[in-house]
Amino acid sequence: MTQGITPSQTVGPFLAIGLPWPDGPFVVPPGTPGALMISGQIRDGAGTPVPDALVETWQADPDSRFDHPDDPRGAAPPAVPGFRGFGRSATDPDGNYQISTVRPGSLPSPDGGIEAPHLNVSVFARGLLDRVVTRIYFPDDAEANAADPVLAAIDDPARRATLIAVAVPDRPENEFRFDIWLQGERETVFFDV
Amino acid sequence: MTASNTWPASGELVLPHYPAAVGVHPPLDSPAYKSSVLRAPKRALVPLPQGLTEITGPLLGAERATAADADLTTGHPGEPLGERIIVTGRVLDSDGRPVPDTLIEVWQANASGRYAHGVDDHPAPLDPNFDGAGRCLTDSLGRYRFVTIKPGAYPWRNHHNAWRPAHIHFSLFGRAFTQRLITQMYFPADPLFPLDPIFNSIPDPGARARLIAAFDIDQTEPDWALGYSWDIVLRGRSATVFETGEDE
Repeated sequence: MTQGITPSQTVGPFLAIGLPWPDGPFVVPPGTPGALMISGQIRDGAGTPVPDALVETWQADPDSRFDHPDDPRGAAPPAVPGFRGFGRSATDPDGNYQISTVRPGSLPSPDGGIEAPHLNVSVFARGLLDRVVTRIYFPDDAEANAADPVLAAIDDPARRATLIAVAVPDRPENEFRFDIWLQGERETVFFDV
Repeated sequence: MTASNTWPASGELVLPHYPAAVGVHPPLDSPAYKSSVLRAPKRALVPLPQGLTEITGPLLGAERATAADADLTTGHPGEPLGERIIVTGRVLDSDGRPVPDTLIEVWQANASGRYAHGVDDHPAPLDPNFDGAGRCLTDSLGRYRFVTIKPGAYPWRNHHNAWRPAHIHFSLFGRAFTQRLITQMYFPADPLFPLDPIFNSIPDPGARARLIAAFDIDQTEPDWALGYSWDIVLRGRSATVFETGEDE
């Protein structure tokens, strides 16, 4: 029996009524050793910040595992206590979001390669009739990123660079910036998943 | 970073696959919806092979939703104004399998068509007894049920004399990143349907119709609330033999 899939619609301007959670930005509990911060700004095609967006992240734990029954390697309880894998942050009036997490491990890819550590990202906003999907990779994983099959499929280095977070100079180990440009010259790479 | 060798080195990784929802979702670039003009990406989307990050997803449990969260009419000193309704149905995947224990989040305007949000300046009354947010988990058969009030239609600035048909926003996770869906549920026979660029951004009329709940006398409770039924279908987890892109 095949059922018609329910179509997407925009979250509209009032998503903050229903979606943000107080603990949403915390993929790991506050105070987790080795926690890192990923923050950034969402901008539209005119460079204007987007104050009515929601960013969601999903990732493996530091041991490259998911606590999920569909992972053929088996569901693994998180390597870090309280690790949820999932983060959610509405943007503030200046279009900024923020996620506190730990660095994911790299992953075996079905084609036999290895995916570099990454977070999957969904962005919802007024004006987006469906979510857009992107990925966050880390700047200090140069070797792993070079071998990553998803990054390798993007020919233009400038486009590829939109998927690499930027280390914050004073805190390169644990603070990263990842801005998302929905449109325009610096448009972020978005995926069809 | 030594984490890269912690999975079993056991040959081929066989993963479930979620076939694309062809011709279902609205195109991001839908200029009749003005807010999309500066926000929809202009470049072609890059195909993302479905790996471990895509075929897994957050399995958010009961700690996210109490029984009280499914009733939007309670939790305040008084009852909200408006037509009390029950909205119920099942969450399925496109192969007809129920999606159990999955979180559903809803939000909506009040009976007057006003959202409890600082940015909404529609001159219709706020209701001190209605916030318009709810949550629940589907049961073991994929069923959900909310009690709420019927939201009002409201004007917006998309074009001259623009009004949104009454709707409830629904957010669903399913069991995989590929299944994540946020959408809107509409009510039967709304005269605003032909005029609404968000509803009509869905190219296929059959797909559009799947966003409209059905009035359901069997879910209606005597002397209490009108019932509406609405099933939500997420992407299926197995490849089907034919992918015609047609409905049913």
